[in-house]
Amino acid sequence: MSADRPEARDPLAAPAALSAPVTLPEALAGAEPVESVCTPIRMAYTYTPGRALSRYLRAMADKRILGERCGATGQVFVPPRGVSPLAGAATSEVVELADTGYVESFNITRVPIERRPDLKPPYCSAWIVLDGASVGFLGLVINLAPEEVRIGMRVRAVWKPDEELETSAANILGWEPTGEPDEVITDYERIGRIEASDP
Amino acid sequence: MSSEVLQAPLVLEYPFTRSTGPVIGAFLTGLRDGVICGIRRADGTVLCPPQEYDPLTAEPLTELVEVGQAGEVVTWAWNGDPRPMQPFDRPFAWALIRLDGADTSMLHAVFAPSAAEMSTGMRVRVVWRTEREGHIADIAGFEPIPAVETA
Repeated sequence: MSADRPEARDPLAAPAALSAPVTLPEALAGAEPVESVCTPIRMAYTYTPGRALSRYLRAMADKRILGERCGATGQVFVPPRGVSPLAGAATSEVVELADTGYVESFNITRVPIERRPDLKPPYCSAWIVLDGASVGFLGLVINLAPEEVRIGMRVRAVWKPDEELETSAANILGWEPTGEPDEVITDYERIGRIEASDP
Repeated sequence: MSSEVLQAPLVLEYPFTRSTGPVIGAFLTGLRDGVICGIRRADGTVLCPPQEYDPLTAEPLTELVEVGQAGEVVTWAWNGDPRPMQPFDRPFAWALIRLDGADTSMLHAVFAPSAAEMSTGMRVRVVWRTEREGHIADIAGFEPIPAVETA
């Protein structure tokens, strides 16, 4: 350390002032101050799905939903990633799932998102567990006022018109109520969780 | 089943707006008005870009001062393959530039025709954007000052 280096403050001590008054150079006297700045972060990728997700996306073009079963625990994961996250093993079997399930949890958004004019507040995002699946995944509940959505509500996929189908999860426009009796959920602490011993 | 590999564009974007505070705010106010500010430390040296606190003593800094609009390249790296949203659509240099009157350097782009035209210690001057709003991009970049002008 050089001899003329000033002695450092205790880094844990609060600074003398958090927002001291500043003095400006003559050239900025009377200038309207800038108080905020927009600093967008943007990352543009070309996304390539792996084998399991490619199977899932190709099936989507036929309005079918594919999950994959773990050979060790029997659990079915959707969308499939090719592995069982709990057993740490490759999934062993492709399983076709119904396009019906129930709302395990949900959230109502009342604030618009810039550049997503398709999402008109208020709207309901839900964690939907498909019949035959061991885990939920994210979807929009549509064709129902958000205030009417409830945990346990039975829903079915609303698909795009056949002529607009692509190899994309966007083929499912959302999930609408089936009108069936609600799924009975007794243990709210289990919502959104899965354990190795779960079926 | 098709063997064609699926792929799709995926953009992650966060349109943050952050508040600047008085020091960075003054720096950005200056850029909007075509003035570059540094900030003076207790020993008289000037940090540019300005910082809110002294990096050695952690004391708050308050005395903003105007620095020059030309300076010297302290170090640089050639960017031969600019990406979208970078300062220039042709190859350019990223450089640390110490402006006249400042004791520290700031990162910005130097518009040189080729890497062969870049050297440590070369003189450069600011190129302002015509439309300015109070953002580091109000400085389009820096351009080399021909030797005949610096001689």
